[in-house]
Amino acid sequence: MVLPTDLTIAAPPAAGTPDRPSQGYQLYAVAYKLRRYTALFFAHAFCLSVAASCLFPLIWMVSSSLKTQSTIFSDMSLLVRHPHWENYYYAWTRGHFGQYFFNSLIYTSCVVVGVILIASMAAYAFSRLKFPGRNILFVLLISTMMIPIPGSFIALYVLLVKLHLVNTRLGYILPQINGGLALGIFLLKTFFDKLPQDLEDAARIDGCNKFQVYLHVAMPLAKPAVAVLAVFNALAVWNEYLLAMLVLSDRSLMPLQRGLMVFQGSYITQYPLLMAGIAISIVPILTLYFLMQRYIVAGITAGALKM
Amino acid sequence: MPRRRFYSRWFLPLLALLAVAGCRARDSTTKGQILLWHWMTDRDDALQALADRYTKETGTKIRLELYAPSDAYASKVRAAAQTNTLPDIFGVLGESRDLASFITSGRVANLASAMSANNGAWQKQFFVKALATNTFSAGNEHHVSVGVYGVPIDVTNIQMLYNKDLFKQAGLDPERAPATWNEFIKDWRQLKAAGIPGFVSGWGETWMIDCFANNYAFNVMGEKKVLDTFRGLVPYTDPDWIRVLSLFEEIRREELLVSGAVTMVNKTAEQTFANGKAAFAFNGSWCVNVYKGMNPDLHFGVLLPPRLIDHNPMRIWGGAGSSFMVNAQSPNVDASIKFLQWLTAAPQQVELAKATANLPANQTSLGDLPPTLAAFASKMDSTTHPSQWPLTENPTVTEAFDKGVQSILIGEKTPAQVAADVQKLKKQQAAQ
Amino acid sequence: MNWPKAKDTFTTYLFVAPAIVLFTLFSLIPFLKVFQLSVFDWDGISTQMHFVGLGNFKTALFRDGAWWTSMRNAGVVTILALSVQNVLALILALIVDREIKGKNFYRVVFYLPPVLSGIVVGLVWNWIFDGSHGLLNYALSAAGLGRYARAWLADPKTALFGIAVIHMWKGFGWGFVILLAGLQAIPRELSEASRVDGASEWYIFSRITVPLMLPVFFLVSILTVLGTMQIFDIIVSTTNGGPGYHTEVPITRILAAMTGSSRFGYACSLGILFGIILLAVSMVQMRLSKWSSQLT
Repeated sequence: MVLPTDLTIAAPPAAGTPDRPSQGYQLYAVAYKLRRYTALFFAHAFCLSVAASCLFPLIWMVSSSLKTQSTIFSDMSLLVRHPHWENYYYAWTRGHFGQYFFNSLIYTSCVVVGVILIASMAAYAFSRLKFPGRNILFVLLISTMMIPIPGSFIALYVLLVKLHLVNTRLGYILPQINGGLALGIFLLKTFFDKLPQDLEDAARIDGCNKFQVYLHVAMPLAKPAVAVLAVFNALAVWNEYLLAMLVLSDRSLMPLQRGLMVFQGSYITQYPLLMAGIAISIVPILTLYFLMQRYIVAGITAGALKM
Repeated sequence: MPRRRFYSRWFLPLLALLAVAGCRARDSTTKGQILLWHWMTDRDDALQALADRYTKETGTKIRLELYAPSDAYASKVRAAAQTNTLPDIFGVLGESRDLASFITSGRVANLASAMSANNGAWQKQFFVKALATNTFSAGNEHHVSVGVYGVPIDVTNIQMLYNKDLFKQAGLDPERAPATWNEFIKDWRQLKAAGIPGFVSGWGETWMIDCFANNYAFNVMGEKKVLDTFRGLVPYTDPDWIRVLSLFEEIRREELLVSGAVTMVNKTAEQTFANGKAAFAFNGSWCVNVYKGMNPDLHFGVLLPPRLIDHNPMRIWGGAGSSFMVNAQSPNVDASIKFLQWLTAAPQQVELAKATANLPANQTSLGDLPPTLAAFASKMDSTTHPSQWPLTENPTVTEAFDKGVQSILIGEKTPAQVAADVQKLKKQQAAQ
Repeated sequence: MNWPKAKDTFTTYLFVAPAIVLFTLFSLIPFLKVFQLSVFDWDGISTQMHFVGLGNFKTALFRDGAWWTSMRNAGVVTILALSVQNVLALILALIVDREIKGKNFYRVVFYLPPVLSGIVVGLVWNWIFDGSHGLLNYALSAAGLGRYARAWLADPKTALFGIAVIHMWKGFGWGFVILLAGLQAIPRELSEASRVDGASEWYIFSRITVPLMLPVFFLVSILTVLGTMQIFDIIVSTTNGGPGYHTEVPITRILAAMTGSSRFGYACSLGILFGIILLAVSMVQMRLSKWSSQLT
C-alpha cells in the first residue's frame, strides 16, 4: 500500500504565534507537531486501507469489462494486456442504453424531487408544527420502512390496474416516491429537530407564514440532509428493477436496469458486457454524489448561522 | 445567497423533466394481435426474428414482451392472473402444483384436441418426456382435468460431466467414463493422487441436490418405493434412504466435492468446471453452451451419474426446458395455437436451437448437434421429473431433506440423523 | 369555532397531506390486503382461498424452527453491524470531517460500496472467500497462517460472519454519509472555541460532538437495524441460505414460503410477524432516543 508522503497538518491552535517564541514554546510546538503527524499518519493509513477495499471491486469490474468471456475467470490479473474497449460499445448498443438512460433520468429526477418536496414538508410539520394526531401519523408514515410487505406486489398491481396506471410513467414513479417517504421524513425530521429555533422565530416575527418559514428558513438550513436524501433516493431509483418489470410493459418506458438484463440470460451471463454495462450505469450516480457531497459537507456553519 | 442557487440549480431543471414524464395508455389483449410474455433473455432476439417472419408469412401480428429474471416474470404473471390481464401466450414458472393452480382457475387452455388432431401430428413430433411435463393424466393429485396444457419449446436433462484433459493428466483413459459408483470413486482416488480437484455442482441451489439425490433414490429403490415414501407408506429412515444419504457422507469422506461447492450457486460451479478446476460436474444440458463461451478449449465428456445398483435403471431429471401456455380467456386462443404449432415445427425449431444452442423440443429437428449436446439428447428417454410423477413430496419436507444433505456434506449431521429429522417433519406435515 | 385557529390547523395538515395520500394508496391498501391474505391458506394463484384464522401465525410461532433460526441469524448480523459497521462509519466520518488532505477523495470512495451493483459485490466477495482459489486463503497462506484457510462461506463456523463482513462493507457508506451530514450541522465554532481553550480531542468528542449527535446516532442505528434485519441480496448471491440453515434470514424464508412452496398466505403472515418485531424494536430505539435527548 502507498503510504501518504505529503501529510499536511491542520493549523495549530491559533494562539497568535509570537515573533520570537520562547524555547519552551518551541519544544511544545515540536511535540505538538509530532503528535499531530502520528495521528495524521494513522488516520490516513486507516482511511487508505478502507478506501482500497472500496476501490478493489470497482477496479476489478473495470478490468473485467475489458476482458473476454473466456478470460474473465481464467486470467484474474487486474491489468488487462489486451483490453477490449469495444465491450463498452457493444454494451451500450445491445443494451439499448440510449433510450433506457433517458427514462432512468426522468424517473430518478421525478422521484427525487417528489420525495424531497413531500417528505420535507411532512418532516417539517412533524418537527415544528403542532396538530392533533401528530405522533400517530408520524409512526404510521415511517412504519412503511419497518414492515416489509412481501406479497404486496399483487395488491399493488391490482391497485395500479384500477387506477389505469399500469404501463405508465406515473405508475412507476408514484409508488417509488411513496417508497422513499419513510426514510425521507425520518431523516429530515431528525435534522429539523436539531436546527436552532431562533431563526424561524425571527422570520415569523418578520411576518413570514408557516410555508415561507419552511421554504426560506428551514429548508436552506437542512441542505446537508436534503443532499443526503437526494443521493440515497437517486441510487435507489437508479437501481430499481423489479417494480419496473411489474408496472411497465413497453420497452420504450423501461429504465436502465432493463438494459443490463440483456446480458444475464437464464443460462448464460455475458460477464464482460455485463461489467461494461454496470460500469456505464454507475457513472451518473457517482457524478451526482460527487456534485451533492459539496452540499452534504457545506453545512450550516458556512451559511445561515452566520447571518 | 447560496440557498437560492442550490434549489434553483437543481430543482427547476428537474421540475421541467417532471413535465416531460407523460402518461401512456396500456393496450391489453386485443383480437387479431397475439401478445406473448416470455422470460428468456438469451432467446429474445431469436424469438423476435421468428415472430416477425410469422407476421410476414401469415399477417398475424405477434407482440413479444420480455420480463426477466424469471422471479420477476413469475411475479408479473401471478399479478396479471389476479387482474385478468394475462397475455395470449405466457409461461408458468414453478412446480407442477403451480401450473395446476393456473389450470383449475381457468387460465390455461387445454391443448389436448389440438395435439391429437390429424392423427396426433403435432403431438408426435415432440419428445415424449417434453410433453409429459405439461400433461396431467387421470387421477393426478391436483385434480386437474386430463389434458395437455403447455407447448414445450426446448428440452433439457441433467447429467454428469468429466474433464477429459484432467483424466489424461491423472493417467486415466479420457474416453472411458466411470459407469458404476465404485469405478467413480476409484477414478476419483487416482485423480486425487494426481492433485486434481474433484466434483463441482451448484449445490447452494438446493434443487440440484434434490435432483442428484433423487437420481440415486430411483436407482437404489426404484420409482415405486420413492413415490410410496411421498405417500407416507415408506419412512425416510428406511435403509434404502439411509443408503442414498450415505452417498453424500461418502462424498465428504472422500473429499470429492470441490471446496465451497456446498453453498455455490450453479453459475459459479460452471465457472469452476469450465476453467478446469474440477474433474467432474453435475449440470444440465445448457452447460454445453455455457462452457463453450467460457472456455472454448475445454474437452469434456458426458456421463450418466454412475449407478450404484445394477437392477434398477439410472434415471435422470429432464423434460421440457421452457414451455408456453395459451390463455384460456383470450380472444385469440386458436390463433395462438396456430402460432405455437408453427414455432414448434421442424424448421423453426432448428433455427431456435441453432441460435441458442438448446436442445429442441421437436425430436425430428435434432439435425447435426455437437457430440456433447447429442449425448444429452440421446438420454432423453432416461429422464424423469417431479412434474411427471402422479404425486410430489411436500415442499417443506423436500427442503428439509436437501438442507439435511448440506449438513451431511459439511459433517454436521449423520445420514441417520437427517433421515430421522426428515421423517419427523413428514409425520408432522401428515398430521396437519 | 375559532376561525383563524381552524385555518391554521388546516394549513398544517396541508404539509402532511401529500404524504398521507401516497401512503394510503401505496402502503396502507397493499398492507391491508396482505393482512387479509395472512389469515388464508392460498397459493398465490388459485381463485379459491381457505380461511384458516390465525393458523398461519400459529405455525410460524410454534412450528417453524427455520423461521426462528433465520431471525437469530439476522439478529447476529445486526448486532455486528450496529457495533462494528457504525463505529467504522463514525470514525471515518470524524476523520473526513476534518481539514485533512484528500478528504474529497475519501468522501467519494467510501460511498462506492453502496453504489456498486450487487452482482459485482457478489462476484468479488465470492472470489475473496473462495475455498480453493480465494484471495483471503491466499493472503493467509502468504502470511504463514495457511492452516486457517477454508471455504469461508461453506463452513458453518464462518459462513454467517462472512455474510456479516460483506454486509457491513457494503453498508457502512450509508451511515458514513448520514453521520457526515450530521457532523456538519454542529457549529464549528463550538469545537474550535474549546480547542483554543486547550480542551483535549476526547473532551471535545465526548462533551460536544456526542451530545449534539445523539439524535443522528439513533437515526443511524434504527436504519442499521432495519436495513440489516432485511438483508437479502447478499445472501442470494453468495450462500443462498446454506450450508444447512446457517445463513438463512427472514426475507429468504418469506420468499421460500411464497415461491418455493407456494404458501402465499403463510408468507404474508411471516411478513406481518416480522414487521411487528421490527416495529417493536424501532419503537424501543425511538423511546431511548427521546429519553437520552431529555438527559442532555
